[in-house]
Amino acid sequence: MRPLWLRRLWAVSTGRFGLIVVAIIALLALVSLAWTPFDPQASEIRDRWMPPSWPHLLGTDDTGRDILSLIMAGARTTVFVSVGAGVVATLVGIALAALGALTARWLRETVAVLVDILIAFPVLLIAMMISSVWGGSLWVVIWSVGIGFGVNIARVTRPELRRVQQSDFVLAARAAGLTAGQSLVRHLLPNVAPVFIVQLSWSMAVAVLAEAGLSYLGFGASVVEPSWGLLLADLQRYIGVHPLSVIWPGLAITVTVLALNLLGDGLREATDPTLRHRAAEVHTPGVVA
Amino acid sequence: MSLRVEDLVIEIDGRRVVDGVSFEAPDGARLGLIGESGSGKSLTALAVLGLLPDGARASGSIRWNGVELIGMPDRELAKLRGDDIGIVFQEPRTALNPIRTVGRQIAESIRIHERVGRREARERAIAEAARVRLPDPELIVDRYPHQLSGGQRQRVAIAMALACRPRLLIADEPTTALDVTVQAGILTLLLDLVRDEGMSLMFITHDLAVLAQVAAEGVVLEHGRVVERAPVGTLLTAPASPVTQGLLRDATATLWRPEGGPA
Repeated sequence: MRPLWLRRLWAVSTGRFGLIVVAIIALLALVSLAWTPFDPQASEIRDRWMPPSWPHLLGTDDTGRDILSLIMAGARTTVFVSVGAGVVATLVGIALAALGALTARWLRETVAVLVDILIAFPVLLIAMMISSVWGGSLWVVIWSVGIGFGVNIARVTRPELRRVQQSDFVLAARAAGLTAGQSLVRHLLPNVAPVFIVQLSWSMAVAVLAEAGLSYLGFGASVVEPSWGLLLADLQRYIGVHPLSVIWPGLAITVTVLALNLLGDGLREATDPTLRHRAAEVHTPGVVA
Repeated sequence: MSLRVEDLVIEIDGRRVVDGVSFEAPDGARLGLIGESGSGKSLTALAVLGLLPDGARASGSIRWNGVELIGMPDRELAKLRGDDIGIVFQEPRTALNPIRTVGRQIAESIRIHERVGRREARERAIAEAARVRLPDPELIVDRYPHQLSGGQRQRVAIAMALACRPRLLIADEPTTALDVTVQAGILTLLLDLVRDEGMSLMFITHDLAVLAQVAAEGVVLEHGRVVERAPVGTLLTAPASPVTQGLLRDATATLWRPEGGPA
């Protein structure tokens, strides 16, 4: 039997859409490691500017590269950057939130002030500054978006964690013999999960946008790395002549960002205890109230 | 198996909220702690378990079977909590984790203290649910707290506190948040369990009428100090301090029937 949260995610059309699209992007990225219809970097001047047709399903660009293959290879970069940024943001966010909610008062308050200061830094501008000084790379995107949005996650998760920590049921669990660490894992984190998931999915969506944007501006992926942002920058120069081709990378970016947000919202609803009431009551008839 | 509190002082940010409280609960005792809200009775209970809120510091002496609890490392205290000393809180609406099933919460202390597997823990949870007289124990262990009534949730909280058969049960206003008719059932249950297991009971309340039903001896607190200490019968018939006299005036007029029927 599938777990309850997955069934509930599937039950909502937006959640289903998000899950399917994100799964497709991940699958494309995975497949592109082993196979793409054409070599994404091989140019064939005779085949330049082919309209969508067989065998170039999405057409070709100005040097005759297959756009579908480029999109597939670009998905790899997108997944790499958004997962990387997601991992960094999770570690930074949870660490700061835990330090800011569960420690001695002086440390809590110091962390809270630190988070308030850090949140004022413009993440993308800093990423561009770092890139222009030390050269751009995907790692710069991952670290800057990861840390920047980790701070955001901490900002939203910290008061929530504090609220749950002061709740009666955590006290009751401690009174039943759980150590502070056990109550963190069993009671605190599961209860802040809904808030955290929305923030995380939003961070990962922003990482997709940031990678595309920075690569578009020349601060992200290097020319040899496949990237939707680079592809968009390449094709956009010919938008007056071949407007159709530029749609594909734009569409890929938009749909991915939308899907990540919808997936995050769906997951929040599927795991939120206050929203669980309704569905649970539908599934268990004859509840003794 | 005895609890001995001597000259307990609790300070919050330098302010004394409990000031030199002493009492003793020998094996099998049924002791009541009574006072207005803010008299320090709940903090005293939390201090026994070493679960005082942030910023609160306890000094003095709390001995459990002769072992000093104040200053004991948290890891050591955690072994006593639930296993030797159990506690039931006032508010059943918030005392249960909203996203865990009732059965898992009842079994939590069993899994912690006795390291049993998931399947056996579930069986034990069902048995504990039956012991606190929850209806349909096999079904109710798979429910979530919001699917239960207030009285049922308080029964779950009692099952949680008693799952490992502690020797001392602290009940911190366990009936205050409940309807009067439900209160009677909970009190009957608590008394039966205490009697069956031969546990000691430390019952905290602001209601002399309730105290009269459950405790043999009462310790009256005001502003963190003990103002009177006497058998409950004496508190009811010949209260010595003005505080006790006031509490007696405010005591609920509700008749409490041992069989748990509606008054």
